[in-house]
Amino acid sequence: MAAVADRRSVFDIEDFLAQEQAKDLLRFTTAGSVDDGKSTLIGRLLYDSQSIYEDQLTAVTKATVNRSAGPIDFSLLTDGLRAEREQGITIDVAYRYFATARRKFIIADTPGHEQYTRNMATGASTADLAVILIDARNGVLPQSRRHAYITSLLGIPNFVIAVNKMDAVGYDESVFRAIETEFRGFLTQLIAQQTAPYMYFLPMSALEGDNVVRPSRNMSWFAGPSLLEFLETVPVHHRARSTAFRFPVQRVIRPNQDFRGYAGQVVSGAIRPGDSVLALPSGRRSHVKSIETFDGPLEEAVAPMSVTLTLEDELDISRGDMLASAQKTPEVARQFDASVVWLNEQPLDLSRRYLVKHTAQTIPAEVKAVRHRVNIKTLQHEPADQLEMNAIGVLRIETSRPIYFDPYQQNRATGSLILIDPETNATVGAGMILAPVILERDRLRAAALDLKHERVTPVERIVRYRHGGETVSLGDRKSVAWLVERRLFDRGCSVAVVERPSAETLAALEHAGVLVLLVSDKAPDWSLPADDAEAAIFVVSTLEKTEILLRKESLTGGEGI
Amino acid sequence: MSQLGHLRLLEAESIHILREVASEFQRPVMLYSIGKDSSVLLRLAQKAFHPAPIPFPLLHIDTTYKFREMIEFRDQYTAEIGAKLIVYTNREAIDDGATPFRLGTQRCCGLLKTKALLDGLRQGGFDAAIGGARRDEEKSRAKERIFSFRDDKGQWDPKNQRPELWNLFNSRVHSGESLRVFPLSNWTEMDVWQYIHAEKIPIVPLYFAKEREMLARGDSLIPVEQPFIPMLPGEKPLMVRCRMRSLGCSPCTGAIRSDADTLPKIIEELVSFRRSERENRVIDHDQEGSMEIKKREGYF
Repeated sequence: MAAVADRRSVFDIEDFLAQEQAKDLLRFTTAGSVDDGKSTLIGRLLYDSQSIYEDQLTAVTKATVNRSAGPIDFSLLTDGLRAEREQGITIDVAYRYFATARRKFIIADTPGHEQYTRNMATGASTADLAVILIDARNGVLPQSRRHAYITSLLGIPNFVIAVNKMDAVGYDESVFRAIETEFRGFLTQLIAQQTAPYMYFLPMSALEGDNVVRPSRNMSWFAGPSLLEFLETVPVHHRARSTAFRFPVQRVIRPNQDFRGYAGQVVSGAIRPGDSVLALPSGRRSHVKSIETFDGPLEEAVAPMSVTLTLEDELDISRGDMLASAQKTPEVARQFDASVVWLNEQPLDLSRRYLVKHTAQTIPAEVKAVRHRVNIKTLQHEPADQLEMNAIGVLRIETSRPIYFDPYQQNRATGSLILIDPETNATVGAGMILAPVILERDRLRAAALDLKHERVTPVERIVRYRHGGETVSLGDRKSVAWLVERRLFDRGCSVAVVERPSAETLAALEHAGVLVLLVSDKAPDWSLPADDAEAAIFVVSTLEKTEILLRKESLTGGEGI
Repeated sequence: MSQLGHLRLLEAESIHILREVASEFQRPVMLYSIGKDSSVLLRLAQKAFHPAPIPFPLLHIDTTYKFREMIEFRDQYTAEIGAKLIVYTNREAIDDGATPFRLGTQRCCGLLKTKALLDGLRQGGFDAAIGGARRDEEKSRAKERIFSFRDDKGQWDPKNQRPELWNLFNSRVHSGESLRVFPLSNWTEMDVWQYIHAEKIPIVPLYFAKEREMLARGDSLIPVEQPFIPMLPGEKPLMVRCRMRSLGCSPCTGAIRSDADTLPKIIEELVSFRRSERENRVIDHDQEGSMEIKKREGYF
């Protein structure tokens, strides 16, 4: 009897988990002015998706402060802190969680009050999508423009512009269309074409529930999906716009003499054992030997997985260094321009030194100049020599040693930084790197390195020579080396026989894209036939097989080198 | 390239956070409460530093009123995985006879948890304490940073938190100040259970339903492990099939009636049973916003 009852109640956990496993994650942020109804909207999303626990609901219904009439004040569900409850405004970023059958969601609920721009930037920094609320009664306010500006500055790829409180304007389509036209015009002007987000305009009433979870009966003139339907189906971009492999090293894992691994997160792109990587700042190259995890080695790691990489060669790599695609290298510079949101009550002071935290390193830095400040009301650029709290401007920053980065709009992980005041330890600025400024002395210093746009790039070299900078050890077989050199030279390769070079020379040659035939006491990479001519033919064919020498057809088509 | 599921995304984020803490602080420590969240945290720490051992010790603040099964599990499991465990108790308060019935839950927690925690951290000279708190647990936690600053008295100022952007964490503190770090900030209760199931992570048997000795008062089930639980006239403990949804001190942790004796059944229960897990902890309901008050004072 009991067995029968049990079977009926068995919950198919494997089915359920498989369905759950398939769910991805959308992080979104909300921006709106005070009284745009943001807390009410989030409260309703949580309530209608049944993400509010009953005891929490009970606690809210009996809460001592009650700001609005009506049965449930949804905003009380999200305004967490006592200070806020007393003031009746949300004063800090709060994170909320809910899930539907299709997707998991993390909401960064950011306050709309004038002085809290920094919170909006905080919420936007990790978001894949922004919901910008506009009060239908007020139309497009300067604050709405500011919210759109900040969210676009932080590189969010999807915007939902929700025109809220449609109930208060009699669900009038013309009100919605007028706001849409005005705001779309503004956004198009604001955002450069190549980084333009996807925009979805939506008429809504959070209070009445129109177009929040279910389509509105009051606005039959609008055929688009409700907010929740849109959130459930919009494609998520977890990966950076750039697909180039980037791996900031967080920590060297060295449990014993036999293991040396580099722990970090793949912040963009993918990596497989055998892939060639460039170590920065040393500029040394190596190949990935293995991808180690607690659950065993992997065949591939993709962004944003946290893994540990081992390399074929013993390189001097420590925390703060970066492993990057040897083909698509990042920018390297000590001076760069960055858009910065100032977060601290103490304004930017050009005479003070700051610390820059960028990927896994913290470096002393100076702000050389304020290139301009953005007038937050008009969004016009204006001259300035400081930034005050909540101001946004473009700063020229110089770090005490070079950093390796990509422009923020291409890669949020390697293009972002925070500024720290070393005296107070406060986080005072949030920066989005625009472009490097190449200093003459760095240009000279970098002569041996292959990292600047205007210089010959590794890709160009590979296309011409059909190989990258590599070293092939031939042991002490010098006569074999000469034979191989001749064959490769005739094929147009950049090849050189080098005897017992210093590490620096070898590195410089590899950076310059040379295929080095190394003659030294080191063992040959492959066991070679005794006859010199046979050995030379064997070496060339092995170079082809291992794709150190690329075939012509593998160089054409697609971006993939 | 396959799209990663949400558990893998959360895992990657948490491992990143753990590696940052271990690398940026002189003396980090992981607070280990023996509960399910701690079990997940511990597994993530193993993953973050594999094949090296976990590079920081675990600190358990033992009120001496934890369930026996918790202590057994703690000692056996931490030994099994080779983690270094430190146990700290406010001995003075225990010797003075501190119990929730004599002092009230607020003062008892204040002495045996908050004070013990601050003293334990000070004694160890720890500059960062890693905890398993999640933002979905309680409203005031929803606003807490992942790297959460504490002044030299171990207190939290909700109005003066450091902005936290991207995954760039500011770990700088002056001497005496410290940070609490919450790698599970973005996990929900459902995520935790699913991860425990997917990863086969061992947890304390109290989470699974079985017959246990309880005082049944209205809807509440009160465990009778400690000798000082006051009984009503004529009241007798009953054997009730039940389990714990969250683990704390036995006098203050209510059980729920349940048949869920496997992980799938617990997850099924969670799907159908929409009540937040802290409801059965008496302490959070003392006063509206009571978690926030405790947190300001230094409670985890």
